[in-house]
Parts: sequence; C-alpha cells; structure tokens
Amino acid sequence: MKAIVTVVGKDQVGIIAGVCNTLADRQINVLDISQTIMEGYFTMMMVVDLAACKAPFDELRAMLKDYGESRTLSIRIQREDIFDAMHKL
Amino acid sequence: MLNLQNIFDTIDMIDKQHLDIRTITMGISLLDCVSEDPKRCCEKIYDKICRRAEKLVQTGRDIESEFGIPIVNKRISVTPVALVAGSCDTEDYVPFALTLDRAGKTCGVDFIGGYSALVQKGFHKGDELLLRAIPQALAQTDLVCSSVNVGSTKAGINMDAVARMGRIIKETAHLTRDADGLGCAKLVVFCNAVEDNPFMAGAFHGVGEADSVINVGVSGPGVVYHALQKCKGAPFDVVAETIKKTAFQITRMGQMVAAEASRRLDTPFGIVDLSLAPTPAIGDSVARILEEMGLAVCGTHGTTAALALLNDAVKKGGIMASGHVGGLSGAFIPVSEDEGMIAAAQCGTLTIDKLEAMTCVCSVGLDMIAVPGDTTAETISAIIADEAAVGMVNSKTTAVRIIPVEGKTVGDMVEMGGLLGSAPLMPVHTASSAAFIARGGRIPAPLQSLKN
Repeated sequence: MKAIVTVVGKDQVGIIAGVCNTLADRQINVLDISQTIMEGYFTMMMVVDLAACKAPFDELRAMLKDYGESRTLSIRIQREDIFDAMHKL
Repeated sequence: MLNLQNIFDTIDMIDKQHLDIRTITMGISLLDCVSEDPKRCCEKIYDKICRRAEKLVQTGRDIESEFGIPIVNKRISVTPVALVAGSCDTEDYVPFALTLDRAGKTCGVDFIGGYSALVQKGFHKGDELLLRAIPQALAQTDLVCSSVNVGSTKAGINMDAVARMGRIIKETAHLTRDADGLGCAKLVVFCNAVEDNPFMAGAFHGVGEADSVINVGVSGPGVVYHALQKCKGAPFDVVAETIKKTAFQITRMGQMVAAEASRRLDTPFGIVDLSLAPTPAIGDSVARILEEMGLAVCGTHGTTAALALLNDAVKKGGIMASGHVGGLSGAFIPVSEDEGMIAAAQCGTLTIDKLEAMTCVCSVGLDMIAVPGDTTAETISAIIADEAAVGMVNSKTTAVRIIPVEGKTVGDMVEMGGLLGSAPLMPVHTASSAAFIARGGRIPAPLQSLKN
C-alpha cells in the first residue's frame, strides 16, 4: 500500500534525516520526496511504500505524529488514494 | 503525478476549510423481521441491525485514520417502521423505537433513522399507530429519528396527515420541553421523500432498496467558500465554474470513501449524496457562500438567485465524480446548523418567508427552524402545507423540521448542541390558518404540463 507522508514546520537541521530514519526503522520504503520552503515553513511530501511494514496504520500515524510534535513539526500519513481521487481524473 | 501543491491543497481543505464526510449511513431492510408477535418482531429487528452494522463504526474509524479524512457521523437507516410493525398484534409502537435506540447504541452509531411512515395518499393501520407513537418515541429515545411523508407530486398532499403532523410536532415539543423541544429536531415532515437519503433526521431505507446498502453524504461549504474568495467580483460564469470544480473534488473524495466502506463492509454501494451540509462552526456555512457572492446578509434580495446558482453548480460538479448519485443532493439551509444563517436570522434579514422561497431552488426545505412556543398546531400544519406544495408542484423533495420552543419567544436562543447547533426563535405570521387546516382531505396531484 502506498501512502503520503507530509511534514510541515519551522526549518531546522536534520528534518529529512530524522523522518527517514523513523520510517526506515519500520521497514517503510521511500519512493519519492518533494520538498520546498513555503511561506517560511519547511514543507515536504514523501510517497512511501508500506508493503514491508508490519505496524498497524493507526500506530504508524500516532508514532509519526508524536515524533513530529517532539520537534515542533506537523507530520501526517495518509493513504495515497485520497489525493488521487481528488486530483487525478 | 501528484505535486506538492495538490497534497497541501487537500490537507488545507481538511484542516482549515472543514472538509469532511458528514456521514456513512448503512441502510438495512427490516422487511424480513415482520412477525405477528411484537416482541418477536423487536428481537428480529435488534438482531438484524446489530448483525449488519456490527463493524460499521469501526470501519468508519479505520477509513478516517488511514485516509486522514474526518467521518463525522456513522448512521443507520431502516425500512419505515410503519411497514414492518403493521402486521404486529399491538397498538403500542413505542417499543419499536426503543428497540431501534438500543440497537443503535449497541452498534455505536450517532443516529438511527426510519421510525417513519409514508402517508402521502392515506393511512394504513401501521401508519396510524406509528404517528400516534412518534411524540413518546422521540421523548424516550436518544438516537432515533422519525420522518413522515405527507405528499408527493404524483399523489398530491394528504391534508389530514398535515393537520396531524402539526399536533404531533407540538406534542413532541411539549414532551421534550426540558431540552427546548429537542425531540422536534429529530422529526421531519417530507413531500417527495427519497428512499436512499443518508442524512438525518429524514433517512429511511426504501422498499425498493437492496437488503443492506452503504450511502455516503459529503460536506464542504467551507471549501466552496474558500474557493470563491479567489474570484471576487468575477462574473457568475466564473463563480459557477469554480463551484463545479470544487464540488467535483469533494464528491470524488466521497465516492472513494463510499467505495472503500462498501468493500470493507461487504455491503453494496448505494449512492453518494452530493450535498453542501453546513455545521455551526465558523467557516463551514452555506449562508457565507451566498454572502461571498455579493450579498451583505443572507436573506436579502438576491439570495434565492445566489442559492439557485450554488445548488445547480454543486450538482453539475458532483455528478461526474460519482458512479451513483442520490439522496437529497444539493445545498442544505438548516438555520440552527449554519453559523451564517443564525447571524442572518438574528439580525432579522432572514425570515421564514424568505427561507420558503429559498427552498424552491435548493435541497430539502424549512430546516431546523425554532419558533415561539405559543405557535399553534394549525400554524405549524399550514407551514408544512406550504412547503409540501412547493415540493409537489416543483417535483422536488421538500421538508419541514420546525421546533416550537415552550416558554420562549422571538429573539430568544435555543441550544441544540453538537451538529444541531443553536437557533434564534424566528417570528411566524399570527393570522390564523385554523379553518384552512380543519378542512382535511387531499390536495389533488398537480398537472404536469402547461408549466407556467
């Protein structure tokens, strides 16, 4: 299953490294990354593959949220389908 | 390929513009629960609902978590109880409501609809007994919603039913007076009721439906409002196009959730209801969309035209985004559930008369309107008759959900709580309609040609 991880927050050293390590710990493969600074905020989206991840989705979501909050970042994970539905014909 | 902007547009819609799935409603047929023994009938109803909807709430929560889209309510609709209970050897239909309430609570849903009767042309025994039980049923339950269809374009209007509904609404208000007549917020009087409506209080599972079905109602006035802020002063062609594009996106999301819920629950997908359903939250108002089009206050001259455009564009945009569209599709204008409508009613610009005109061009009707407690049953019936006539002649669904609040008068506020919001009591005309309502009988079905 593919999902989209989004990260928004004040720019700081090591955001990508931290998020990628957290994902790697759960066997989540990163397929694509797109990142920019929007209105002064670090803004990133990653397409990830959850095929090898054993953790339930709910737990993953909570874990990323908690990690984000520990670094004053907003991190969320959502299945890709919702974005496909809204933006692709 | 999705880009960063797409992703964050969606997240903004959910986070800042109140985009949500208003409801996943599971329709369940109770036609196979019929029994002469009322106790046995209630047992069968309870068992069937609990069996079918066992995983509804958990599935809703799972989808919410995985897709990151709030699903505000999970609901159940059932076959109109008057049809199911009609063969039971009992005159007391309150136990059927208690059974629905208990089943709803066991499943953990927010509402259960279908304590209903279809009496557009006349009453059978089950209809008579159900109508008699409605006030007690609503007073003794928490989740049960009731609806009565009193007219249709093909049958005309059953004015005996209209007269009775005025009295039933008054009695319901009286029995739930400690909660400011809350029971009336769960009671809808329809003309041209639809069989696949996922929205409460009027949801029921029609007899032409499958054994069980998943219907989804979307929301998103905040998203439309936000989109229109980007085309200030532009001609209406641009306004309509912007609403259509937004409605398309909202509905695609609804369709995806409906398909997912249907798959996980192994229940056929019914319809997506293309609705703009407001909530009392700031920024989630249909009235504010109309004001964004250039009206100082919702309810002033131009409101009906603005609403007509909005309603039509929502349907045009949404219809291509979903495999099957149905329910009440369109913009809702419930006064207490819409922050902008509340403000417009409070300042006196939005009146019941204007709302009635607005219902000619939008979804449903006079919805969640609080009126003084001394409003007579006949006046309420006459309001219902007017609204049913709008629906009957225009071949559309119309409805009345009106709350006479005992001990309060024009200008006072009532708090309904949650999605039901709060409402200022609105004035009604005081000249009597009693002799009109006392006539009874039926208003014949209207001519379908010579349209003028």
